Amino acid sequence: MRRHIISVLLENEAGALSRVAGLFSARGYNIEAMTVAPTHEATVSRMTILTQGSEDIMEQVLKQLNKLVEVIRVHDLSEGPHIERELMLIKVHAVGPDREEVKRLSDIFRGRIIDVTDRSYTIELTGTGEKLDAFLHALDPGMVIEVVRSGASAISRGAKSI
Amino acid sequence: MSAPNQARERSGQTALAEEMTGAEIVVRALRDEGVETIFGYPGGAVLYIYDELDKQDAVQHVLVRHEQAAVHAADAYSRATGKVGVALVTSGPGATNAVTGIATAYMDSIPLVVITGQVPVALIGNDAFQEVDTVGITRPCTKHNFLVRDVNELAQTIKTAFYLAASGRPGPVLIDIPKDVTAKRCVYDYPDKVQLRSYKPTVKGHSGQLRKALQLIAASERPLFYTGGGVILSDSATELTRLVRHFGAPITQTLMGLGAYPASDRQFLGMLGMHGTYEANMAVQHCDVLVALGARFDDRVTGNLSHFAPHAKIIHVDVDPASISKNVKVDIPVVGDLRSVLQEMNELAVEMETRCDPARLQRWWAQIEEWRARNCLHYEQGDAIIKPQFVIQKLFELTGGDAIVTSDVGQHQMWAAQFYGFDRPRRWINSGGLGTMGFGLPAAMGAQMAEPDRTVLCVTGEGSIQMNIQELSTCQQYKLPIKVACLNNGYLGMVRQWQEFFYEERYAMSYMDALPDFVKLAEAYGHVGLQAKQPSDVEPVIREALRLKDRMVFMDFLVDRTENVYPMVPAGAALSDMILV
Repeated sequence: MRRHIISVLLENEAGALSRVAGLFSARGYNIEAMTVAPTHEATVSRMTILTQGSEDIMEQVLKQLNKLVEVIRVHDLSEGPHIERELMLIKVHAVGPDREEVKRLSDIFRGRIIDVTDRSYTIELTGTGEKLDAFLHALDPGMVIEVVRSGASAISRGAKSI
Repeated sequence: MSAPNQARERSGQTALAEEMTGAEIVVRALRDEGVETIFGYPGGAVLYIYDELDKQDAVQHVLVRHEQAAVHAADAYSRATGKVGVALVTSGPGATNAVTGIATAYMDSIPLVVITGQVPVALIGNDAFQEVDTVGITRPCTKHNFLVRDVNELAQTIKTAFYLAASGRPGPVLIDIPKDVTAKRCVYDYPDKVQLRSYKPTVKGHSGQLRKALQLIAASERPLFYTGGGVILSDSATELTRLVRHFGAPITQTLMGLGAYPASDRQFLGMLGMHGTYEANMAVQHCDVLVALGARFDDRVTGNLSHFAPHAKIIHVDVDPASISKNVKVDIPVVGDLRSVLQEMNELAVEMETRCDPARLQRWWAQIEEWRARNCLHYEQGDAIIKPQFVIQKLFELTGGDAIVTSDVGQHQMWAAQFYGFDRPRRWINSGGLGTMGFGLPAAMGAQMAEPDRTVLCVTGEGSIQMNIQELSTCQQYKLPIKVACLNNGYLGMVRQWQEFFYEERYAMSYMDALPDFVKLAEAYGHVGLQAKQPSDVEPVIREALRLKDRMVFMDFLVDRTENVYPMVPAGAALSDMILV
């Protein structure tokens, strides 16, 4: 069992997302996160799927994805060097001495405070999933009001496209 | 500028182009696809299309009595001819009733185009009368599906649907058309071909892999061919037969593959799998090279996967890459269309002079003959009770083995597969993957429409036949001279058999009480009903049925109530662990 990041280029059409999601649930494949948005070509969407499974299962996942008529290309990014980023927005209690502490912690993690009230901060943080996890762990759980994560986006290193 | 004018401008064919309604486009496109027969049932959302169908006679419409039957009939029409089958149903319940038929075709990779009506575009999502999310419901059981929201996209979508259904690994494609789209007008411009950047099925196999495969077969001591429905779907029975004869190796076929290689030939070992022959299953377990062609290592074929073909190197040719190494790890995978691949293999086999070593092959055959001598399909036909196997054997003899046989699902299906020797492809039509009871009678209708002059036999049971019995009415309307052979044992026989073997003979709900008088029922629909109560009735009943060439005849055979299908590999057991008679 290994973690895989799969990039899928697919026709930007109604129902395409549902086909991919349906495939994963019908065949019992694991999905940890899934993001999708149009690319620089308006007719093409790019999906990033974070999943895990044995080599046999991953082979099937890739083949089954390829079989979907609207899927243009499938690539397992985790097979080569790649960059992974996720965006997290996190709203925390910030009163009294915590206020300064949260600000410091956010700086250490290269976060940005993007909304402020007299009782709270909202912090924007990007990085790998691991880094976002680490930031969450560094905070006192009682301080967290709300968390929203985008799920991973990923791209291969180097000059070539997938 | 009005919308039709815009369309005309776009197509740049102002002078020649014809403007049509969506409904006209549907009918015209079917004609341009060469469709002669479609099966369907009208309803509100498809009334414009029916109105157009009624104005022409190039496309014949067969009115069924239930939408499930329309899809099964279109499916069997395709299985009998190789053409794309077409069904037309209305929105809502029309579409949901069709789902079982679509799923049946999907599991067996049958090329279909199913057209469903939909509520007008403006009402979609409003819980309108007879609205369901048809593309949502059918997404997991179609190869692809479309909702056409704009009449300008209709012709292109129909063209693409036919292309998708028939190419690559075939399958059903659904087109959902809102009612208002069938009323709107645009220029009809039917495309010649389809280009999809995201869909390019592989046709030609990798020659290097094919050479390796041939060398592996030639070097083997105990080769075995294992072939499936893919050989039938790709119309490559002739090429398969040539290759198998070239090597002189034994061949076994799946339930879906029967008829691709002649059953009467000595090299044929019978079907393999759960109810396969002793010799076929033993050959799988002992072969050293297994050549899988257009078969998908289904659980009913392999039994326990970890014990399947334990000594074999496996060659697997399939048009669908996802079928390869899905259940069983393969040593030489080849992706490609079987006809193209088998043609190339035959040429290469001659060119490379690859042959199996005769002495080794002879030893292998000697072993196989020993297994064959066990006569695993043996049964005793006494004077008192009709054995179901005997009925099938007589049907085979008296039709000269040349009928198209459709079947329902259960014991009778297995007996038909075991005892009706199919020498030709497209003669054996059954629901293998989904196992759909109720398939047999509508399938016989589709086959009879496709082959009006051939004897079409529907082998069924008293359970299955009642799942689509209303179609006796369709058979009357279209004067379809189908011969139904009902193996009536008063039980859901396969359920009863499992309960006997695995549920300590607790026969929960497998007893069929309150059966209709099938003879009278057939007569009520205007057909001929015949009953056979004892063994001596069997032959005269079949002869009489076959004599009545132009009539539909329902033959009700009262057979042994507790006969079981043998051999049987219990679910999850190794193929060599067969329950024998």
